Formats: sequence, structure tokens, C-alpha cells
Amino acid sequence: MRALLLAAATWLLALPALAGVEIDEFTTEGGLTVWHVEERSIPFVALELRFRGGASLDPEGKRGVTNMMTGLLEDGAGELDAQAFAKARDALAASFSYDVRDDALSVSARFLTENRDEAVDLLHKTLTEPRFDEDAIARIRAQIVSGIRSDLKDPSSMAGEAFAARVFGDHPYGSDTSGTLESVAAITRDDIIAAFEAAIARDRLYIGVVGDISREELGPMLDGLLGELPETGAPLPPEADPSFDGETRVLPFETPQSVAMFGQPGIAFDDPDYFAAYLLSTILGGGGFESRLMEEVREKRGLTYGVYAFLAGRDGADIIMGSVQSANNRIAEAIEVIRAEWSRLHEEGVTAEELQDAKTYLTGAYPLRFDGNGPIANILAGMQIQGMGTDYIDSRNDRVNAVTLEQINRVARELLRPELLSFTVVGQPEGL
Amino acid sequence: MRAVMTALLALSVSASSALAAPKDDVTHFTLENGMEVVVIEDHRAPVVTHMVWYRAGSADEFPGTSGVAHFLEHLLFKGTENMEPGELSATVARNGGTDNAFTSFDYTAYFQRVAADRLELMMRMESDRMVNLRLDEEDILTEREVIIEERNQRVENSPAALFREQKRAAQYLNHRYGVPIIGWRHEMVSLDLDAALEYYERFYAPNNAILVVAGDVEPDEVSTLAKKYYGALPANPDLNERSRPQEPPQTAERRVIFRDARVAQPYVSRSYLAPERDSGDQREAAALTLLAELLGGGTTSYLAQQLQFEREKAVYAGSWYSGDRLDDTSFTVVVVPKDGVSLEEAEVLMDETLAGYIERGVDSAALDRVKMQLHASQIYARDDVGELARLYGGALAIGLTVEDVQAWHDVLQSVTEEEIIAAARSVFDKDRAVTGYLMSEEGDAS
Repeated sequence: MRALLLAAATWLLALPALAGVEIDEFTTEGGLTVWHVEERSIPFVALELRFRGGASLDPEGKRGVTNMMTGLLEDGAGELDAQAFAKARDALAASFSYDVRDDALSVSARFLTENRDEAVDLLHKTLTEPRFDEDAIARIRAQIVSGIRSDLKDPSSMAGEAFAARVFGDHPYGSDTSGTLESVAAITRDDIIAAFEAAIARDRLYIGVVGDISREELGPMLDGLLGELPETGAPLPPEADPSFDGETRVLPFETPQSVAMFGQPGIAFDDPDYFAAYLLSTILGGGGFESRLMEEVREKRGLTYGVYAFLAGRDGADIIMGSVQSANNRIAEAIEVIRAEWSRLHEEGVTAEELQDAKTYLTGAYPLRFDGNGPIANILAGMQIQGMGTDYIDSRNDRVNAVTLEQINRVARELLRPELLSFTVVGQPEGL
Repeated sequence: MRAVMTALLALSVSASSALAAPKDDVTHFTLENGMEVVVIEDHRAPVVTHMVWYRAGSADEFPGTSGVAHFLEHLLFKGTENMEPGELSATVARNGGTDNAFTSFDYTAYFQRVAADRLELMMRMESDRMVNLRLDEEDILTEREVIIEERNQRVENSPAALFREQKRAAQYLNHRYGVPIIGWRHEMVSLDLDAALEYYERFYAPNNAILVVAGDVEPDEVSTLAKKYYGALPANPDLNERSRPQEPPQTAERRVIFRDARVAQPYVSRSYLAPERDSGDQREAAALTLLAELLGGGTTSYLAQQLQFEREKAVYAGSWYSGDRLDDTSFTVVVVPKDGVSLEEAEVLMDETLAGYIERGVDSAALDRVKMQLHASQIYARDDVGELARLYGGALAIGLTVEDVQAWHDVLQSVTEEEIIAAARSVFDKDRAVTGYLMSEEGDAS
């Protein structure tokens, strides 16, 4: 493959908009707010639920409990143990996926029109009557421990964790959502039940639904699915205070290619300069082949397969971050080039042509994000959790186009901080 | 053939009756110069995926030039007689699109995803680089560094990837499937302009290519544009029938022990040589596809049930098979043991479980579930027209036909319990397999 697709930030950023996607925002009889798109051409429904809070709700000393709880939601519910539940779900060909990240727990479900009621009934059990059986806990714990052990010897995971710890310290963002070998070993069933009660509640729930269902059918379905959830959960975590010292730090590890993560302070989504910063980060290190970092580090010098930088916004912290991987004897040069590009952009800004190209790219790519029921449902929930209105879609490209050369170059000077750009390198880098 | 999608997607509701195949809205034709064209309509969004597939992958390389197919894929983003280096990707980006490419054992493919009204521009550029590539020594040297870093990232930094590479090399003594797609490092470092151009001239031609256009397009419009841009290119008269060195009969068990200090979670993995899908003859591949799901396709599969749930010996156990190859493929079974369970013990458990499965026979309820899931997966797949484009392009590139792709659903649904067990008996022969242990340096593989 010519390039890995940049998998970062998909949850973090303002997503989509498409002429033709008509969002129906309504409130169910039971009081749930829903964003819904009726799309009848394929006989299934994609449902996305987001519960704000996520792994950052882990209590002190219980790191990993929300992740473990999430992994257990489907491992037995109601009268069905793990095997019986999985058989029932598979027989319906429904798919439920439960995922937790720093700021949210998400449930992504899809089910066929032909057996929708049965599928929703199963999903309902997982959200209201998870069993958290001891044998299931033991099984999931062993899987999580196996994953943590692997991460401890995987240079990309090591770099991600070391960088997070350095930037976010004791805040939950500073450690992996899976927890540590010690914390996971100590988690009890009571901890898991408490984590469930903390995370799954209506006061933090956002709903997106796309597919073969009308509003009239959907309202009662959602009230049945979610109506009995408790009104409130645990208080949301405090904001983080990311810190950057501008240094390059090395975590030695025997492997042929070094992995570097880097970053500096970022910008909030509600900042008036946000879209200027978004364009700026695209020009610097966006996902395509055209970014300055790709051009200088890969195309001109062949120092890496991929280098990226992007705005990494979270509920409680905004940073700019990026990554690069180069052989141990070449990573020093890659870092030097990245630092030089950071300074050059800070000092000289972008050209009118670069700005125009980035605008046409971002505005043209915007509608392409609407590629299917599943992705659109995901986007609808994401927009709500970011506090956008349904009208955001129509104004988003105008906001991108409104950024002037003067503004983006002012933002380049103010936002980019070469002296704070910090690197964490895992490997055996030469010359660092 | 065009049809109203919604009507054809209607399903049989009764669970007991046969599940009807959902129909794709697909049109298929061939240009005069031999280039095949597939059009898949999906008018939900004004977007198009434009792909060109070449019937040439890493297994078609000359010995000694491993990685050249993939290297050339990178080099196709350099200039042509009509485009500057990087201009194609930059133009796609300026039009709000994304582009990329990928190389496999049996094919190489290039694609763009862009607003539907930009299709003509994509065809103009893609057809240009099919025949007008212009490379210089400098392009070669820098891009060679990039693919070596790609190998570092995908393979050298991952003991599991290194292990798979060694296992595959042991699996194929004679066939080029034993050579990694990205190439052996010692051959990659000396790949040169001649090797890249030789491969390009041998394989890049309309009569060795398949065009797939999927999205908000009309077949007539695609046909007109395809004739204008691709139809104008001359066929390569020297293109040979595809034939690669085949495996000799395997007569001895093969074992690979791979040790690496970076391994945190040891496991045992076995790959059996297995038949692939052939045009008009997909039943055994269908039986193996079902077998892989029944045995190791998730929580309710036999391996997971036995080793994770009942005997509690494994963190994970699974199996997979893909028949989408031109030549002999493989069926893989993996057991990741729990703490305190050795790899030898894990292997014995694997053998016992496979033998036990054949002895017990297929659980009818489990087979119904798997068939229902495979049926549904074809409905869910229609939510991503880009994925459908890959499905058709990939199939045609390995010698299957549009009819084979469309028959696959019904073939899967019609496979019997007896056929599945027969396929298992035929494939699960240790003398036609490689068994591998991935372990840390201090691990004991006595």
C-alpha cells in the first residue's frame, strides 16, 4: 500500500455534512433526543449510542475498570450466559460493538429489518442486565492482561503510552485505558458494577440512527431500549493540564525502527481560530501525500513511510500531535526536519496557494465522509457530543472558506510553538 | 444488467426457508482492447470509487526481484509524460478526493474516491500512467528508502509479522506465495530502474487490467468515458497466459520455531495448504469458508467454546481461510494459550479439538447461524460501495467472473454438513501443513 490511512482523530473532529442527508432531530415520548436519517435502500439499521465520560471515569487506583466493564457487556446478559447470548445474537446476524475511549463509551449496533425487534431486545439486555459472571470476568481479565503485556513490548504502543504519560501526568489521559498489570489484577466484580453505574446513564447519552426505519417506529423502539437507564451517572472528570518541555526523550528498546510521537499545545473547537488551525495542521501534516511533512520527510528524503500531525482535541485537553517512524540511524534526521518545518511554518506561514489547496481539499472531502449508514450514524452521535446543531453541516464548509491568509498566518505564529514541540522516541535511535 | 436495488434486496423473512441472495446493481462489459469494466451503481451519495486492477502481483515477479511489484506501485505516483511527480495525488486532493494503491500476491490496484462529477479527470490521469510512466534514477533511490522504511514498520518492528513471513516461506517451497509481497530486504535494497520498468512493460496494459467504477454513476456514461480514455490504449500483444511455478507434493510435516525477545504473548499457529476458489468450481472453497467460521470464527465457534470456555486453556483460539487466490491458499488455526499452558500443550489441544470436530460432525444449529451471518454480511456489505468495488475487482483479478461472485452467496448457502466434514478431512493433514511456535527468547520449545 502506498500509505497507511491516518486512523487518528476520527472521533475528535468535526465530521460530516452532505447535501442530501436530511437529519430529523426529534424527542421521543420518553424524552430522549434523537438524530435520525431515514434511508430505506438497504434493509438494516445502524444505531450509534455515545455515553460521555468513558475511560476517564475510572476511579483512582482502578485504572482499566471501565474498559473491562465495557468488554463484559456482551459476555452474558439477563438469563443468557456468554455463550447463549452470542448464539442468540449470531442467529439474528446482528452485530453489537462496545468500545470505550478516553471521553466516551460507544455502542455501535446494526441489525436487519427482518428481525429488528429481537435484536433490539438482546441489545437492551446488555445495557440493563449485564451479568458480569465471575467466569466471564476471569476470561476477559486474561485477555486484557495478554494485551497489556504485548503493548509493553510493542514500540508503537510504548511510544504512545510514554508520550501520554509525559504530557498528561496523573490525569486519566496520561495512561492507557486498559490499565496496568497491577490495576487490572486488582479489579473486583463490585468495581465493575460500580463502573457500569457510573458510565451508562441518560444524562450523558447521545443517539444517532440511520437506516430502514421511520421516526414513528424509532421513537418507541428507543424508549424501550433506553427508557429504563438511570437518569444520572458519575461526575465527569476534571480538565487535564497538558505540559510540553520541548525536549526529545528516548525510551530505549531493541528494535530496528524507532517510533516517535510528538506534540505541543493545541486549540479548542469553540475557539474562533479553530478552522484556521485546522487548515494549518492539514497543510503541515494532514493525511494525504501533499502535506509539508510528507513532502520533506518522505518524498524528498525517503526517511519514513509516513509522517503525520493533526489537532487532537479531547473533552478535557487540546493538543497538536503527530507521529513518525524511521530506522534507528535515520530517526534523528527525521526529527530535525520536522522541527525545522515546524519553525518555518511558525515564522513564514503558508502561501495563498497552499491555503487555497487545503480549502478545496477539506471542503471537497467533507461530503465523502457520508459513505454509508454506519458511518453517518457515527457522525450524528459525534456531532451531538461536540455540541453542534444539525445546521452545523450547512455552515461547515463556509467556515473553512472564511479563513483568510492573514488569519491563518497569524494563527501559525501564535499557535505553533517550536520551542515546546516535544518528542518521545522508542527504539535505539542514533544521535539523539 | 440494471435493476431496482430495493426490490431485489427484499429478503425471505421466514428463517426456515432458503435465504435469498441480495443482488448487486452491476453492469459488466469488455472494451475492444481487452480491458474488462465493472460498474456498480449506488446512488445514495454523489460519490464514486474509481479503481484499476492489474492481473499482476508479487507472485508474478521474476526471482531475485522480490518487492518489485510493490515498488512499482509506489513509483506510479511519480511523473508521466503528461504529469509532474506527485501531480496525480495533488490533483485528487485539490478535488477533495483521496487516492491510494495496494499490492497483493495476485494483483496490484490503484484507486481514487472522489465526487462523482470528477470521474472523467480520474480516468484521464489513471489511463495516462498505465502507459506513459516516466522515471529517473533519483525517484528510484528515494522511493526505495521509503519502501524499506515501510518494511521496517510493517515487518521488522513486529515479531508476529516476521514469524508469519518465515512460516509462509516454509509453506511454499516452489510457489512465489512463499516470498513476501513487500520483498526480502536483501533484494529490496538493490531493486533498480530496470527491474521496475521490466515489470511495468510486461504487465501494465489494458488487456491485463480491470476497471471498476462504483457509486453514483450510470453505466452508459462510464462506458463512454472508458472507451475514450482506456479504449484508446493499445493492448499488449506479448501478454502471456498467467502461469506460475506450482508446489510439489508436500510429503513431510514442517515446523518453524521463531524466537524474539519482543514476544510478550507466545502462540502456536498452523497453516494447512488448501484449495482456492476457481471459476465455476467454488464448492470446496465455500465448504472451507464455512468450516473456518464454525471452527474458529468467534465466541460461539468450536475452538473458542472448547478451549476458551470449557477447558479454559486459551486466551484466544480461532481459524480463518480465504479462497481468494489464484493458486493454492491456506487454512490457518491459532491457539494463544493461557498462562501456565505450554505451546506443546496448546498444540496437542489444537489437534484434539480438530479431531474432535471431525468426529462429532457439524452442529446444525451452528451451521444455520453461520449461514445467516454470511447472508447478512452480504446485505451489510452494500452499505459500503467501495468495499463492493474491492470485492468484484479482487475476484476478477484472480480469474473469477462476475457470475462467480454473484453465485457465491447461493453456493455458501447450499453447502451441506457432509461437504464441510469432507473438506476438513481433506485439508487437516499435518503432512500438508506448517506448524509454528512464536515465542520469547527464554521460552522453552523442547
